[in-house]
Order: sequence, then structure tokens, then C-alpha cells
Amino acid sequence: MTSDHFKKESAGNASSLPIKYFLLAPLGVAAWWLLYRQLDPFSRLLTFDLIGLAPGSHLGDALQFFLYDTPKVLMLLTLVVFGVGIIRSFFTPERTRKILAGRRESVGNVLAAHLGIVTPFCSCSAVPLFIGFVTAGVPLGVTFSFLIAAPMVNEIAVILLFGLLGWKVAALYMATGLVIAIVAGWVIGRLGMEMYIEDWVREIRMSADTPEEISLSWPDRVRMGAEAVRDIVGKVWPYVVGGIAVGAGIHGYVPEGFLAGIMGKDAWWSVPVAVAIGIPLYSNAAGIVPVVHALIEKGAALGTVLAFMMSVIALSLPEMVILRKVLKLRLIAVFAAVVGLGIITVGYLFNLLI
Amino acid sequence: MLTIKVLGPGCANCKKLDAIAREAAANLQLDAEFIKVSDFAEIMAYSVLSTPGLVINDKVVCAGRIPTLAEVTKWLTAITNG
Repeated sequence: MTSDHFKKESAGNASSLPIKYFLLAPLGVAAWWLLYRQLDPFSRLLTFDLIGLAPGSHLGDALQFFLYDTPKVLMLLTLVVFGVGIIRSFFTPERTRKILAGRRESVGNVLAAHLGIVTPFCSCSAVPLFIGFVTAGVPLGVTFSFLIAAPMVNEIAVILLFGLLGWKVAALYMATGLVIAIVAGWVIGRLGMEMYIEDWVREIRMSADTPEEISLSWPDRVRMGAEAVRDIVGKVWPYVVGGIAVGAGIHGYVPEGFLAGIMGKDAWWSVPVAVAIGIPLYSNAAGIVPVVHALIEKGAALGTVLAFMMSVIALSLPEMVILRKVLKLRLIAVFAAVVGLGIITVGYLFNLLI
Repeated sequence: MLTIKVLGPGCANCKKLDAIAREAAANLQLDAEFIKVSDFAEIMAYSVLSTPGLVINDKVVCAGRIPTLAEVTKWLTAITNG
């Protein structure tokens, strides 16, 4: 049955890709692009001409920043979430597990971190996923590489960084996020901490039969992309608007260079402090990036701010509480320490290099 | 008598799935018992890697995503007729 489904899927997809998508996709992207180009002039028109605030005034700057960034970020988010939603329809956790099971460690860590980006993953699935991976023979360190990369290097973080801080920062974040996930997972694997998995987990014998693969058609995949947009953009837009509002306030009212003293390059202690502050804070990328953007503008160093962002997203207290169900305290502490050290290293590296 | 189980720790997705399954069963006028499974050991007994999962008469029909009402209706009719 399962192999039948696989055959049907692989044979069916290539031919069932309707021509209309080839025609509609470029049209849609073109319309999106035209609209996107109009956002900056439109926000200026609205703020300075229609509302009549003076360019360069605190309120005028803050409002124009808000009116430009909000639709811009929401448009970017919609496009990317849609695309990623379609890509994710090709990956299931079951398939990822099959790829990773029995892998050698180093190669496995690299693969796991990359698969963490494209495999659909919701933080409430962290526990079943962990158990499913480990009991199927995915090495502990490889499993951690996946669990670290999945929330940290996500499309929302990368696209917001791209939209607000440019492609270089986005690429840097993505690359260093992957490296942290790979190295931290590898280190945890080297430490041989299998005995710090809770006993009940190791006793679980999973039956080999996984739910049948469902063959998806292209209309199904497009529908999944649209659902991802409705679901994710519907959920994060208040964070985006809130984050941009805070960012706009900082942009308009906080003086230039104000943060250089406490969050600048010369404050060596600011990187570990930023990471420590980030652990209990829990926010998704959508809320944190606009604030990060504004902080950098006012003199905060890029490395310090990126370290803060990574800590908020990747090291969250709620996730550790969830993982405590399957991991003993010692392993959670090691996980937090290794990832935390990785983030601090990245923070210092950026502050040194840039 | 059908037994419909929703597997998941209780986040928003599980609640959405539960509502869809109930609606499908009600539309078909099926007599079904709904069970919420949030214990991880029990969830893992169904080999589900990502939640939410939907189990009809002890058979996993879907995991890791929220199916549409039409899909659930199809599964329910398939199981009750055969």
C-alpha cells in the first residue's frame, strides 16, 4: 500500500502540475512587486503631504517609518510563508526521520540542521518528535541539531531580517544559525549523554508502521501554502505591528548613538548580558526583528543584537519546560549552555568583524 | 460505535482538529465517542511524530496537520461503511 502510494505520487506529480500555475505564478509575483515598489512613496505621501507632518520631525519620522514598514513586512511575510508552505508540503517529519535514521554523526548533524528549516514543525510537537527520532535510531546529537535549527532558522526570522536590515544580515543570521545548530548538536553527541534521557522514553517501542503517505496534488500543495499564510500571517501580524510600533517610537524619539554606550561594540559584557536577558523572554521572530532594527539604528552593535535575537528565539524557557518531560535536568542544562555559548561566540565574532 | 481520538498536548491545533472531527461526525449523524489523548507515552504508542493526530477506531488517519472537514468526512464514511 505504502509503496503504491509512493509510486502514484512520484508519477502523478510531474504530469499533474497544471499549466495555469506556470502562468499565474509570474503574474502574481509581478503584481506583488509593483505594489511593493509603491509602499515607500505612498507612506511619504500619506505622512508628509496628506497628514502634513514635517519631514525630520519626531512624529513625522516615526509615523512614516510605521506606515512604510508595516505593509512592507506583511507583504514580504505573505509571499515567503506561501512559498515555504508549498516547499514544506514535500517534507514530513516521518520522511525526515527516515533520512536521518542511522546517519553518521557529522553528516547527520549537517543534514538535520538543514532539514530543520524545511520540515514543518510546531513547538508543541517537540516531545513526540524527539521521542520518535531517538527511538528510530537517529543519534541524540543529530536530533538536537534538528531541534535547535527548526525554531531558530525559520522563514519568518530570515525574511524580516531581509526586509528590515538587508540581505547580508539575513544571510549572516541564517548561516550562523545553521552553524550553531550543527556544532551544538555535534558537541552534545560527543558528550555521550544518552543516559540523561528520561527512562520511560527509552522503554518506548514504537511500532514500525507510520501513517500512510498521502499523495498530494499540486492544487493540494497550493492550498497548503495558502493555509500556511492564513494560519501564520493571521497569527503573527499583531506581533509585527506591535514590534514595528515600538521600533517606530525608537526610530523617531531615541537620539542617534544613544545605545552605543550600553549595547555598542566597546561594551564587551553586553553580549552575554543580552543572551541572558533573552532566555526568559519569549517572542517569535515577527515581534523581535523590528525592535532589533531600531536598536541597531541607534548605535547598538549588530553582534550584540543578533545574539539577543537568537537567544530569545532559540533558548526559550517554555520550550525547556516542555523538553523536561523527556530529558533529565542535566541534559537540558548542557543543551542551554552549549547553545548559549555558541550564540555568545557568534555575537562577539560579528562585533569584531563588522 | 466509533471511537475518535485526537492526539496532542492541547495546543490550538489540537482544539481546531477536535472541532472539525466533531463537526464531521455530527454532519454524518454518527454515534461517536471522542477521546482527548494528551499523555505523551500514549501518543507515541500510535507512532505519531507530530501533533495533532487523528485516530479513528484505533487507526491513525492523519498526523502533523489539520485536515479539512471534507477529508475527515471521507475517512469517517470509509470506516463506517467498511
